[in-house]
Amino acid sequence: MKINDVILQTVTKIVVFIILTFGVELFLSGHYNPGGGFIGGLVLSSAFVLLYLVFDIETVHKGIPFDFKKVAAFGVLLAVGTGLGSVLFGASFLTQTASYFNLPVFGATELSTVMLFEAGVALTVVGVVVTIILSISEDV
Amino acid sequence: MNNILVMPMIIPLLTGILLVFLRPYVLVQRVFSLVSIAATVAVSVTILNLIQSDGILRLDFGGWLPPYGISFVADSFSMLLVLTTAIVTGILLIYAFSSIGRAHENMFFYPFVFFLIAGVNGSFLTGDLFNLFVCFEVMLLSSYVLITLGGRKVQLVESIKYIAINVLSSWFFLVGIAYLYGTVGTLNMAHLSVRIAEVGQGSLLTVISIIFLIVFSLKSGLLLYFWLPGSYSAPPTVVAALFGALLTKVGIYAMFRVFTLIFYHEPGVTHLMIGIMAAITMIGGSIGAIAYNDIRKIVSYNVVIAVGFILVGLAVSTEVAIQGSIYYLIHDMIIKALLFLIAGTMIYLTGTARIQNMSGLIRNYPLLGWLFFITMLSLAGIPPLSGFIGKVYVGQGAIEAGAFVLLAIAFLSSIFVLYSLLRIFLNCFWGETIINEDDDVPLKKGMLIPMVLFGILTIALGVGAEGLAPYVTDAAHTLMNPKIYIDAVLNSDS
Amino acid sequence: METLITILVGVLVTVAVYLLLSKSLVRVILGTAILSHAVHLLLMTMGRLKKGAVPLLGENAESYTDALPQALILTAIVISFAVTSFLLVLAYRTYKETGSDNLDALRGFKDE
Repeated sequence: MKINDVILQTVTKIVVFIILTFGVELFLSGHYNPGGGFIGGLVLSSAFVLLYLVFDIETVHKGIPFDFKKVAAFGVLLAVGTGLGSVLFGASFLTQTASYFNLPVFGATELSTVMLFEAGVALTVVGVVVTIILSISEDV
Repeated sequence: MNNILVMPMIIPLLTGILLVFLRPYVLVQRVFSLVSIAATVAVSVTILNLIQSDGILRLDFGGWLPPYGISFVADSFSMLLVLTTAIVTGILLIYAFSSIGRAHENMFFYPFVFFLIAGVNGSFLTGDLFNLFVCFEVMLLSSYVLITLGGRKVQLVESIKYIAINVLSSWFFLVGIAYLYGTVGTLNMAHLSVRIAEVGQGSLLTVISIIFLIVFSLKSGLLLYFWLPGSYSAPPTVVAALFGALLTKVGIYAMFRVFTLIFYHEPGVTHLMIGIMAAITMIGGSIGAIAYNDIRKIVSYNVVIAVGFILVGLAVSTEVAIQGSIYYLIHDMIIKALLFLIAGTMIYLTGTARIQNMSGLIRNYPLLGWLFFITMLSLAGIPPLSGFIGKVYVGQGAIEAGAFVLLAIAFLSSIFVLYSLLRIFLNCFWGETIINEDDDVPLKKGMLIPMVLFGILTIALGVGAEGLAPYVTDAAHTLMNPKIYIDAVLNSDS
Repeated sequence: METLITILVGVLVTVAVYLLLSKSLVRVILGTAILSHAVHLLLMTMGRLKKGAVPLLGENAESYTDALPQALILTAIVISFAVTSFLLVLAYRTYKETGSDNLDALRGFKDE
């Protein structure tokens, strides 16, 4: 029997974007408030997991043709890379820096290298969580 | 600021990450991993020599001074182990090239070896108790993957026990950290040492130290070794050799660090306990080593005996005994890798792990036979091989401290080691040759070369112990005088 | 408050030990997960439970909370997350391979 999941699919199409936005919001607010790379990454990955649950794996793969293992590896690379970047500038390993820039639209904005580090963390979490879910679901 | 200190951990980590992207290109993976191991060896040698001229080195991550930030601290003891780790891994990788098989190589085998090395080196270098926990976990998670990779039934079943035990001990580690933080309010090892020396190691702190003792005993297989023989005989040869050479040693390192730097005030309780546990470990290991006919089990129990022997040095805690333990630790990393490789190769060649079913291998594979003979003598502590110097110093230290019972058990266990390996030698290499010349499995060059390299290494370490002596003396001196370590970590002007 | 949380930690540890000692693999994994929660709570309690300003950002507050235990817990949560998910996948694979999640049926080598 084919399950009729029109409602689920329709709702998901909207909800996924809300979750993704929330994930990004959590990620960005992590600088001074609760949030950050790990939590943001978990929320982001929950959006992907929802997609995989509602649509089948092949369909999602067509839309998001990433190898999530590589996403995880790239995340770690980014995080370690920011640490090594400080070595290039003659500072101690993992030294972070921040300063204010005048951006066209946003005005004076604080940009910080911690952001890059956290982005690495977020990518790693997304990659790992989706890989775990996929590795269980693929052989059912 | 010495950014070079982080390199022994970062080079393997970066290599592991990059190898993930190089998944389809096996040849590139092999070359790349050898190059980066060579780089790690070079960096380790540089740091080791730097320590001899400049004293203990320290790196504060992100410029946060200790005790507030995370720091890496390198003294001779940790760098000797980092260097040995890198060399042993390099040689094991050569063996892996010809033995592990395409399926493993495509399934992220090399990346996880490198993550394991990153964890091991991180554990050796860190100067912070919580960071030690994190590095332990990096190492253990990689080892979980390596032990299950391949997914044979035995591997899955054995790895569940291995993982369950290690997860449990990890949470106990965290319990110990929580109590310690609640009691003295710091986790930097040097700072802990200062604070505990100030308030005195009362009964509460001694109990906390025993939590750490239990945790590290589970990890290193001191007394609590029941999980070890099973899980070390399940994975492929290279992985077993990697585990046998490195994993228990990290637990031993942690025990040395914690009980010479932090909890050294109550040797009557903690060090006595370590001594008793070491004695029982050696007795139990000896019984196990002679009881089984499965070559993998015999070899695994030999790991257990060595753990007991090394910790005799910590139990008596004289400078000479610690020197002996350090020599023996380095020797054991090399020789256990070799022993596991030979055992695995014998199983590969004959298709059986039971020693009754093998016979007369020395006629088919003379070099393998003689290598096993050297390994046996080295493990028993015959000069001029590498096991000798460690045993002499541990013995000398035990006599100085008057620990004659421990000494007797330690040297008796050497005889049991000799007997258990002699049994393999007599059964498998001597006797009637049952494999005739036509249908013997050819021994690949790629398997033989790493074993020969290890053989050369054990002889070189025995003959050239003189060259190693200044480093080992410095390492033991630093371990016995916590003040040197504390001064290097807590003075903030360097 | 500290006493209350400590008792809660004790209860959690009891539950965890009970689960760890059972024969079903899934229960053992749940036991390790609950034990990890107990330990995290303990870590937090050890940093004293109090209200206060965020340290490092300002210098005028009456009292500061200790940020270190929270950083430690976050790290430990990530690790426990990784370990638990790995164990669950492994248990699933083992179940597929052996057809059992009873630890008695999962004894290792038969030949000794």
